[in-house]
Amino acid sequence: MSALATYNFAYLDEQTKRMIRRAILKAIAIPGYQVPFASREMPMPYGWGTGGVQLTAAILGPDDVLKVIDQGADDTTNAVSIRAFFQKVAAVAVTTRTAEATIIQTRHRIPEAELTANQVLVYQVPIPEPLRFLEPRETETRQMHALSEYGLMHVKLYEDIARNGHIATTYAYPVMVEGRYVMDPSPIPKFDNPKMHRSQALQLFGAGREKRIYAIPPHTQVVSLDFEDHPFTIQHFDRPCALCGAEGVYLDEVVLDDRGSRMFVCSDTDHCETRRAEGHVGPEGMPSGYGAKEAAE
Amino acid sequence: MNSTPLLKVQKLSKTYGQRIGCKDVSFELWPGEVLAIVGESGSGKTTLLNCLSTRLDATSGTVEYHMRDGAYRDLARLSEAERRFLMRTDWGFVHQNPADGLRMTVSAGANVGERLMAVGHRHYGRIRDAATDWLSRVEIGADRIDDQPRAFSGGMRQRLQIARNLITGPRLVFMDEPTGGLDVSVQARLLDLIRGLVHDLGLSAIIVTHDLAVARLLSHRMMVMKDGHVIEQGLTDRVLDDPRQPYTQLLVSSILQV
Amino acid sequence: MYVAVKGGEAAIANAHQLLADRRRGARSIPALTVAQIGEQLGLAVDRVMAEASLYDRALAALSIKQARGDMIEAIFLLRAYRTTLPRFGYSDPVDTGAMEIERRISATYKDLPGGQLLGPTFDYTHRLLDPSLLEDAAVAAPVRRECGGEAVGRVSDILGDEGLIEPDSREPLDKVPGDITREPMDFPLSRDERLQALARGDEGFLLALAYSTQRGYARTHPFAGEIRIGLVEVEIELPELGFSVSLGEIRVTECQSVNQFKGSATEPPQFTRGYGLVFGQSERKAMAMALVDRALRAEEFGEDIVAPAQDEEFVIAHSDNVQATGFVEHLKLPHYVDFQAELDLVRRMRAEQQDPSTASREAAE
Repeated sequence: MSALATYNFAYLDEQTKRMIRRAILKAIAIPGYQVPFASREMPMPYGWGTGGVQLTAAILGPDDVLKVIDQGADDTTNAVSIRAFFQKVAAVAVTTRTAEATIIQTRHRIPEAELTANQVLVYQVPIPEPLRFLEPRETETRQMHALSEYGLMHVKLYEDIARNGHIATTYAYPVMVEGRYVMDPSPIPKFDNPKMHRSQALQLFGAGREKRIYAIPPHTQVVSLDFEDHPFTIQHFDRPCALCGAEGVYLDEVVLDDRGSRMFVCSDTDHCETRRAEGHVGPEGMPSGYGAKEAAE
Repeated sequence: MNSTPLLKVQKLSKTYGQRIGCKDVSFELWPGEVLAIVGESGSGKTTLLNCLSTRLDATSGTVEYHMRDGAYRDLARLSEAERRFLMRTDWGFVHQNPADGLRMTVSAGANVGERLMAVGHRHYGRIRDAATDWLSRVEIGADRIDDQPRAFSGGMRQRLQIARNLITGPRLVFMDEPTGGLDVSVQARLLDLIRGLVHDLGLSAIIVTHDLAVARLLSHRMMVMKDGHVIEQGLTDRVLDDPRQPYTQLLVSSILQV
Repeated sequence: MYVAVKGGEAAIANAHQLLADRRRGARSIPALTVAQIGEQLGLAVDRVMAEASLYDRALAALSIKQARGDMIEAIFLLRAYRTTLPRFGYSDPVDTGAMEIERRISATYKDLPGGQLLGPTFDYTHRLLDPSLLEDAAVAAPVRRECGGEAVGRVSDILGDEGLIEPDSREPLDKVPGDITREPMDFPLSRDERLQALARGDEGFLLALAYSTQRGYARTHPFAGEIRIGLVEVEIELPELGFSVSLGEIRVTECQSVNQFKGSATEPPQFTRGYGLVFGQSERKAMAMALVDRALRAEEFGEDIVAPAQDEEFVIAHSDNVQATGFVEHLKLPHYVDFQAELDLVRRMRAEQQDPSTASREAAE
């Protein structure tokens, strides 16, 4: 049973990594297309990032610097747990700084700072099929993708507007990739959708339980679905981050007490800390690196 | 009428093992023409309709369609993508049960607008205007546009299904017992509406019905089927007023004259 | 001054320490040994091996101990270990006809060659709690009888010799079976892939589906043709040697159901079958698997697909309890970014409804 203690670099055996890399290459060759792959059981539950972890494990090298975020934050429990996993099985360098990372594994957010050509963004995906809730059958949705039969997707958006006056999809907002495949960008808020468009970084999406990998290669066109007279819009916050004063970023609402007081702070913790270290101060922040020091690990 | 047929059917047969669905059916359908296929249940008329509309693969024979680009295409040789495109643009299919042809859980407006969205329309306001217009043409009030078909009566559902099919300006519509299961008074109103639309739009239509009154009211020409074979065909008035086959005589005599 | 709450590594480490404490329980009670679990909770070990798809009694017992008796957690532990193991090759098909029988019953024949053998079964126990188990009372040795050691033929072969039942498989003999752990599943599946998925499927889920077919949701009129439990030899062909060598014996449970016959103008009527094969001793699972297998063959037999148990995508996509538990439980992970987006939309729509003059405040791209 001593075999239990020995694992390959980054946990997966090399055969499996090669299989995943082949799927990644295919995904890059056909942007937005969901490539089936023989997803492995991982030592974390399905739905907790097994797809993202397999992608990261397959592309990770000893010189990589890994950052893991969940909800935009490095310190959420699942992000901490996945980061610790790779420290343990790959002894790889980790960081919370977006700019320093070569691989960023994320759940539900894209970092605020623009990503660069030498970075890979790995998304954890729960349900890769954008048509799933319109048509539950895999055999049928495959056919719909093959024939670009996406009218149903717009029927859903039409219904949203007819019923609510808005397209009521606020996250996992479907996109058209390079004019060919409709793709689920994973449950990121639609606020982040524009960041995918023509990004310099390679974007990889992994769904472990559903056994699918897809990709957006650098500089790919990514268009959020909409109507001409109801164009895609993103959330807009009418106040800056309370700690760092950033505007035009995604904010978390923090409930401060049971009398309804609340404050809004950057969801991207690294972005907030970097700004505060640079001397930016929000209406409720402290001038020095007070919070930043606490948050650094 | 135009000088080239819209549909050319040659010796179309469908068999299930030993059993005959339909056998050696040949005919041509001309632009603007309404053809009724009549017969008892089990006579093969629905099998024939499904083979013609590519919903079922025929065992032998061909169906050629005069495409908008002027070429005739063997429907069995269309790719799946071409076939689906044809079905949602140039063709319509009205089911006997509206639930088979509608999305019951999305609004009337989206039901009617779906075909437009499927072919690339991306202006909500214009899609909605077109849907409103088509709802009014099938006598459904604009105030019902956001209601789901579940809230509609049987007759309204059937009219909604017709509007959903006609919005892309198809040239050929298949109808399977379009008035089946409706009250007599509702049937009469629907028949009137279909007759008006077919006439105004210059549609070609193939209507399957067991009801000779429906054939009389809507069709120019009719085919009588029995045991999978077409036993008599001709102008509707001629067949109904002067049936030549004993079976047709029996059918005609067994109904009220209309 | 507000400082965000940090969950982080310390909290996780503390949680794990507490878990270890609760797993151990009161220190005054001797710790459970893996050997005790393997010997005395053998059916739990069997279930973990079956649904983890790994035949290793010691590791399965360890998983049960580590999971505090949470069976799906134990299955998950063993699966996660299995996935890291190198794949050296595929064994030859096991011959259940040559099984060293421990239990063998048929509901279709009163008596038959090889006889009915009850074996270690709960059947016919009167489910009365047994106070003697509160103490470590002595247990008598089981009754044994000599047997010739000859193979006990399968009931399906008795029917098959007369041509009364469809053959074991309609696949050509040289067909290479799929491997659902190495290839992505692609619906519709072939029957071999489907059986693999069912073999590791959740016992409770398959049991409920099988039960539903008996209550009229896709009834297939099953008879328990044969259930056999015992040891079979696993052999692997080594290319260097050119012949098969034995790797050892494993205990399996096999169920062959005999179902409503089919025929046509050209084919004389034959009974059809459903098949179940599970690691260890688990009749419930093997029988449920056989019923569900038969129900899933609806399309093959031209039966109307009207019930959940006949729907391949529905059954197979939801039968894996490790997948199911992960996805259901992932709802406890933070979702506050998406929730914030929904919160924002609901507030805005409510504001618009109360004051229609407020235009949408979303910034157009």
